[in-house]
Amino acid sequence: MTAFLLVAAVAVLLTVAGALVRVVRGPTTSDRMMGAQLIGTGGIAALLLAGTASRLNSTSDVALVLAILAPFAMVAFRRYAAATQAAASRERRLEIDAGAPGAAPPQGGA
Amino acid sequence: MIPALERAVELAIGAMLVGLALWSVLVRPRFASIVGFVVFGLLLMLAWMRLGAPDVAMTEGAIGSGLAGFLLLSAAARLRCSEIRRARIGAGEPQRARDRSPRRSSIVALGVGCAAVAAALAAAVAALPHPAPSLAPAALERLPELGIGNPVSGVLIGFRALDTLVEKIVLVVALVGVWGLAAEASWRRAPSVDPSPEIEPIRFLARALPPVGIVLAIYLLWRGATEPGGAFPAGAILAAMAVLVLAAGLGRLPPTAARSLRLAICAGPLVFLGVGGLGMGVARGFLDYPAGFEVLSIKLIEVLLTGSVAVVLLLLVAGPPEEAASANGMRRPEPPL
Amino acid sequence: MSVVAALLDGWTVLLVCAGIGFFVAGTTGMLRFPDAATRLHALTKADNLGVGLVVLGLLPQVARPAEGFKLLVIWALVLLASAVSSQLVARVATDGPPIEEDRNGRTAPAASGTPLDRSGSVGAGAQP
Repeated sequence: MTAFLLVAAVAVLLTVAGALVRVVRGPTTSDRMMGAQLIGTGGIAALLLAGTASRLNSTSDVALVLAILAPFAMVAFRRYAAATQAAASRERRLEIDAGAPGAAPPQGGA
Repeated sequence: MIPALERAVELAIGAMLVGLALWSVLVRPRFASIVGFVVFGLLLMLAWMRLGAPDVAMTEGAIGSGLAGFLLLSAAARLRCSEIRRARIGAGEPQRARDRSPRRSSIVALGVGCAAVAAALAAAVAALPHPAPSLAPAALERLPELGIGNPVSGVLIGFRALDTLVEKIVLVVALVGVWGLAAEASWRRAPSVDPSPEIEPIRFLARALPPVGIVLAIYLLWRGATEPGGAFPAGAILAAMAVLVLAAGLGRLPPTAARSLRLAICAGPLVFLGVGGLGMGVARGFLDYPAGFEVLSIKLIEVLLTGSVAVVLLLLVAGPPEEAASANGMRRPEPPL
Repeated sequence: MSVVAALLDGWTVLLVCAGIGFFVAGTTGMLRFPDAATRLHALTKADNLGVGLVVLGLLPQVARPAEGFKLLVIWALVLLASAVSSQLVARVATDGPPIEEDRNGRTAPAASGTPLDRSGSVGAGAQP
């Protein structure tokens, strides 16, 4: 059973390596974030498998820490996207107020 | 079969770590580089587990990829917002901005310097005698005197208490440094983590997660005496929960002038110093815990340190107080319809 | 007793293999699907079912009931994280992706189709 669990942990780690390709290649920021998310959950699964195989109690504590902080990067990403969008639409509004030639009316602003 | 498998896992994790580190240093877009750093933290956590260091893995996960990822993305948002502003103001402005960026020659010099430091470190590690000299057996042998089962906690709060004490004071000094960036007008005002504009899912998370996080922090603190855990990961998780609540707009930080806030920042180091000083009177010296009260002293210090670590980390993420929250480019929450 | 043990081991092998299957499927989708929305679909399968099946499979192997409870809490946390993150990614997609720098390090609208694609960079109109 120990050998099986270790092989399973390696298999999950291999899929993590696959998700790494998505982080590196993108192309959009969302793709990179989703790759990171998959690596996080894959890491949790690999930890649990290897920890159970080696009968280490503390691995599930480490996995708990990882699991509770898993959504943090996504929250930060949402804030990042919203902040840059807001800044761009504010600048666009200022530009239109200044009477830039050929300016289209603002589109709602998300 | 199993040793070969373990060697393969070690090689795979090591290769991914080195590759990812190189990629996040070399990749051009700032955002990609930050995501690379966050993933690097996750993989590093697996490496620490493989090395049998769950305490370090926990702290790496909580600080390295949790709080630091949040901090870096907030910083990147801010930079991008000011770049967008500059882009509107005129074509001349970005030109000057590009001139301000470091010269190619200084970048090369920096790279060579970093490579030299890395090479020197590698040489030093390679030159270590095998097996490396270690105080671990001596520390383990005397661990029962502290009444603590987890060797990492024993070393941190017992044998190397001075290091830990200074480390906590460094945290407070770092916060003073961050607050020193405040503008004159906003000094003594409240720092803030600006609420996210699209807040529904984040609000839900900020209501559902903190109760679990608080229980987990108490559990880690409690278990820290006998199993991996302890004050630092517990404090980091508490700080992360508080950041979440602030980002959802469900709470607000007190002004930096508030006495209670300053007390919370200093409580841990002060009690640590106090108990340590007490040792000079009733025990054999500074930071020697009174005989018979070792466990009690250590618990008291750890509980207060957890609180202080949580508050300091939260304030480090929130940054210096600012005059107007909109100044850093985050939108204020829209008024409810 | 040994029959029970064998059955429990079989349960573990079955569910862990199924969980790995979802991880492999999730990664394959992540690599092969054409755009962010479909990749999100792949990601949530690995999150919810991959970890879930691994946790369920490991339950008979834990030493104490408390450990098993911890595993279930981890799954619940991953489910929560996955649900919220997929909402957040989807909303980034609908509200417009972050405004990224272009290849020269200058600010420009990231991709076409954003609310910002007014043919050119943000600062283009300010030219006298």
